Amino acid sequence: MLKDVTLGQYFPGDTAAHRLDPRTKLVGVLIFIIALFSAVNWISYGIMLAVTIACIAISKISIKTITKGLKPLVVIIILTGLLNLFYTQGDVLISFWVITITKQGLKRALFMTSRIILLICGTFLLTYTTSPVALTSGLERLLKPLSKIKVPVHEMSMMMSMALRFIPTLIEETDKIMSAQKARGADFETGSLAQRAKALLPLLVPLFVSSFRRADELAVAMESRCYHGGSGRTAMKRLKMGSIDYLAFTLGFIMMFGVIALAYFGL
Amino acid sequence: MDKIIKIENLHFTYPGDEIPTLCGIDLEIERGSFVAVLGHNGSGKSTLAKLLNAILLPSDGKVTVSGIDTADKERTLELRRTVGLVFQNPDNQIVANLVEDDVAFAPENLGVEPEEIRRRVDDALKTVGMYEYRMHAPHLLSGGQKQRVAIAGILAMQPDCIVLDEPTAMLDPIGRREVVSTVSRLCREKGITVLLITHHMSECVDADRLIVLSEGKVVADGVPSDVFADADLLWSEGLSVPATTKLLYELNKSGINVPLTAIKTDDCATAVVNALNLVK
Ligand SMILES: Nc1ncnc2c1ncn2[C@@H]1O[C@H](COP(=O)(O)OP(=O)(O)OP(=O)(O)O)[C@@H](O)[C@H]1O
Ligand SMILES: [Mg+2]
Repeated sequence: MLKDVTLGQYFPGDTAAHRLDPRTKLVGVLIFIIALFSAVNWISYGIMLAVTIACIAISKISIKTITKGLKPLVVIIILTGLLNLFYTQGDVLISFWVITITKQGLKRALFMTSRIILLICGTFLLTYTTSPVALTSGLERLLKPLSKIKVPVHEMSMMMSMALRFIPTLIEETDKIMSAQKARGADFETGSLAQRAKALLPLLVPLFVSSFRRADELAVAMESRCYHGGSGRTAMKRLKMGSIDYLAFTLGFIMMFGVIALAYFGL
Repeated sequence: MDKIIKIENLHFTYPGDEIPTLCGIDLEIERGSFVAVLGHNGSGKSTLAKLLNAILLPSDGKVTVSGIDTADKERTLELRRTVGLVFQNPDNQIVANLVEDDVAFAPENLGVEPEEIRRRVDDALKTVGMYEYRMHAPHLLSGGQKQRVAIAGILAMQPDCIVLDEPTAMLDPIGRREVVSTVSRLCREKGITVLLITHHMSECVDADRLIVLSEGKVVADGVPSDVFADADLLWSEGLSVPATTKLLYELNKSGINVPLTAIKTDDCATAVVNALNLVK
């Protein structure tokens, strides 16, 4: 069950999407989000959808993986859709009992849900096609100017990469503790919400304790391997921008300005 | 011969503890030798390992590795490059989601040039036989493979000495064999000094020297066959002895004269056959 969690997971590959410089992808996602939030009409949403599908196709990530990633967020997506559907004023389309659905409400519900779905797909594609090390070194380089004003950029990106590194380990461990507790009669699946939450407690305590032990051992192991902060560090894989990155940037900016222009001229 | 590790009158007490964990250890370890360290739980083995690369500093006494005093804060990085530590749990010492990125961690910290790091990483992975797995995610490897990746991560620093703190404790017999044979090859072929802390008697048999710790003191020190020959001492320390020693010991007790020092399986077999021939 927990093995299905794909959050922050990386799927090694050798597609154009994988070869892009991590900085390009990070800025690309930013451009994508700006464009997505500027989109106001059918054409612009159509463009965003087309771009997302093209990116998925290029990265050769299977649709199944994408839907699996969306699964935990289904409730939020549906809730957003329903709220927008029922609580938007405008021209009444259907009306019965306490429920009224307006034309504007329907449109807004569709837009909002597609916005969330596309947002998730876009950001997931980033982690699916970028190794955590590349991702953090990209982030570190992009944020480097901030270290001038004493923002601990290196420390932050190191923390992020360690968090990503330990997600699979902790998931594995949770699974193991869960099985052990199930074998002793613990029940995580039935009962009221309160009962199930209570059943999780004996799961969280050992997980919490072991995380601290892990953190302690990891710190000693890192120090033993000469880790002493970001100063004087080099990287085996140097970040290099290639023609493919410039192409991606050009396309990304065309998309963003296109969508903004569409919104501005109210097409 | 050249002594790589020199420990003089070492005392160590954890802050807040009353009882010292290590009390008065004097040791000298020869460069290029393979030394095994035994001791029951809580005898201070891990503490000793951490004192060797300045994770902990002596409360009293002095530890010197390759001429570097561990208390010299200026040279801590140089010291840690010289003496690499491998720990028990492979999951908690692997820092990256890709095998080759993990091995590159230490040289990156040391500020080595990218091309040189690449070379060292490939070399280290080939040495431990994990080169084909360089693009794998470490959490999907077996325990023995993870531990070999951890060893490669240390090798990439090009250390003079490797200290392994119960590297096989969480492994199955196959993983254990992989790790021990890798380590002894490093010692024999590359001349790297190895300090292997272990609970498995069979892993000590091939060592050049065996040190037994108890309550923070060295209670036995010598060639493994001699140390094991004093089985009574080991038993009184709550340790076991290799199966071969046990057999020889029991044979001796029942009046069949065999040398207690024949601890390697072949030697033991020969000794027993000789003894039986005599009896006939
Ligand atoms: N961080 C610490 N703080 C305080 N006391 C500690 C700490 N780590 C270990 N000790 C104590 O020091 C003693 C020696 O511990 P150490 O871990 O060195 O033993 P060990 O020989 O490695 O045992 P094991 O075989 O279980 O690994 C133990 O009594 C332990 O309780
Ligand atoms: Mg220990």
